[in-house]
Amino acid sequence: MSISTLPISQATHEATPGKWTVYGRAFAGLFVRDLYVLRREMFPFIIRVCMNPLLFLFVFTYIMPHMSGGAAMNPTAQMAASGGGNFSTVLLPGLMAVAIMFSGIAAVALPLSQEFGVTREIDDRVMCPLPVGAIALEKIVFSSLQSMIAAAVVFPLAYYVPSTPVAAHVSSWPFLLAVLVLASLVAGALGLTIGTAVNPKQIGLIFGVVVMPITFLGCVYYPWAALKGMPFIKYGVLVNPIVYMSEGLRAALTPGAHMPEPLILGMLCFFLALLTWLGMRGFLRRVVG
Amino acid sequence: MIVEVRGLRKVYSGKQEVTAVDGIDLSVKPGEIYGLLGPNGAGKTTTISICTTRVIPTAGTVRIAGVDAVANPAISRRAIGVVPQYNTLDRACTISENIYFHCLFFGFSRAEAKARTTQLLDQFHLGERTKAYPSQLSGGLAQRVQIARAIAHRPKVLFLDEPSAGLDPQSRIAMWEAVRALREEGITVVLTTHYMEEADELCDRVAIIDHGKILVEDTPAALKNSVGAQKVYELHLRDRESIPALAATLAGYNGVSKAEPTGDGVRVLAHGADGLLAEVLAAAGPYGLRDLNITEASLETVFIQLTGRDLRE
Ligand SMILES: Nc1ncnc2c1ncn2[C@@H]1O[C@H](COP(=O)(O)OP(=O)(O)OP(=O)(O)O)[C@@H](O)[C@H]1O
Ligand SMILES: [Mg+2]
Repeated sequence: MSISTLPISQATHEATPGKWTVYGRAFAGLFVRDLYVLRREMFPFIIRVCMNPLLFLFVFTYIMPHMSGGAAMNPTAQMAASGGGNFSTVLLPGLMAVAIMFSGIAAVALPLSQEFGVTREIDDRVMCPLPVGAIALEKIVFSSLQSMIAAAVVFPLAYYVPSTPVAAHVSSWPFLLAVLVLASLVAGALGLTIGTAVNPKQIGLIFGVVVMPITFLGCVYYPWAALKGMPFIKYGVLVNPIVYMSEGLRAALTPGAHMPEPLILGMLCFFLALLTWLGMRGFLRRVVG
Repeated sequence: MIVEVRGLRKVYSGKQEVTAVDGIDLSVKPGEIYGLLGPNGAGKTTTISICTTRVIPTAGTVRIAGVDAVANPAISRRAIGVVPQYNTLDRACTISENIYFHCLFFGFSRAEAKARTTQLLDQFHLGERTKAYPSQLSGGLAQRVQIARAIAHRPKVLFLDEPSAGLDPQSRIAMWEAVRALREEGITVVLTTHYMEEADELCDRVAIIDHGKILVEDTPAALKNSVGAQKVYELHLRDRESIPALAATLAGYNGVSKAEPTGDGVRVLAHGADGLLAEVLAAAGPYGLRDLNITEASLETVFIQLTGRDLRE
């Protein structure tokens, strides 16, 4: 076994780069690796991202309106009657929020619990020359990228599938962008918190115990303003971060009533800080003895 | 000293407090292969995990190549390569991608990473399986990939935790060869094992560790010399009553450095005197000698002398 020395790499590694350069390169390396793996698994990724919004739009905004005598069963007609705009318009931001949140779970929580429970691959990732917290941060950031792709995929679907056209209009691009980025980061942080807090053996349960409730009580299928007749529910759902994702996108994309914009941004920031803190703490506890 | 450990302690708190490491000092010289030999639960993995920044010690200091690994974990990882007790290869990537991305994590440019990957695949004879995924590899091959990946960033010290656990004899010998080749490259190796043959064959120096403490530390030859015997006779007797009496008799023989009672007989440590075996047999005959085992004095003997227990117990 002979060793052929490589003069180039030898030279760069003799000169010790600064701490932040080392961290930056390691972070970039992790990101590149994740991108590479995602690109290779593009097909399952696209299926995962498309299926939920596609089926939802198809059933509720295409099949239902076409049903014979369906006015009573037709949410579109009812929504329009109650002044909330048509149902497709309500669904667009809601489904984007769900896509964002699902991606956070699928990109962080599920693989992480797998790594803690079975494969222990994470043990090698933790040996990168990067503080452990930053390794968790990379997971959040990469997951947010997937969330944004997932949200973007909803858009063309919501445009072509429904039988009644969606009334979408971007009033402020910076606001839309801020909501999109914050919501995606919140989803990643939520995934990190769930992935580190839940016992790997019980990860299957979180769909029933966490994901379903926060989706259905997340103002996804109805605007928050429409809850005005039920104050208990209206204020109860405010602890749910999904509410601010869907209301934020609703405010940015569609006309009609929605929560005040500063409140939305403020609460998204609050949840981002809270969940990142919880997730990082859980991650540290899991990987450092 | 490339690895300097001082007063290391680790107490796992929980329902039941476990002192996994109880005051360990280690000094590893650059370029040597250093072995931590001890039975299950001795604290080997915990010691290595602390050295590789995976576990925070309760007390004590670790310096790797002069850097305080407890205070600066992220930076000191640049000098450390690790192969843990279980397979941590990235299941989503092929063998060559595993090495390539590892290089990127450690700040190599893409071109450098590519060149280094090619070179390592060649060095570890992995050329034919570069496109295979970790789940398709045999244990021995996966181990080799893990070692190749661990040294990809040219660490100064490589930590191997139980490198031969679960390997067949052939893969074990291949692994030993790979580790010796690393020494030629100037990489210091610290490994743990509970196979005394492995510690004996492979290591320049060995620390015997039990219950979180280092009992002795020296070269394998010096450790074996310390028992003052070349041969060990294990006598198994039918008549257990008179074991102490026989032990006392045998201890007086010329050429016997020690004779001690065991559960069902006497263990005689002998330094070669002609005809001693015949004398021992003659003495043991009346007590119903069932069986006799003769072995060379080994690190196992050293461990038994120190703890009164077998390494495997
Ligand atoms: N995370 C942990 N929490 C609590 N106790 C632990 C933990 N890890 C190890 N221990 C305990 O610490 C002691 C030393 O364990 P360690 O894994 O270091 O031993 P070892 O020498 O590597 O053994 P083996 O040969 O089985 O790998 C054991 O008693 C073990 O039960
Ligand atoms: Mg161990």
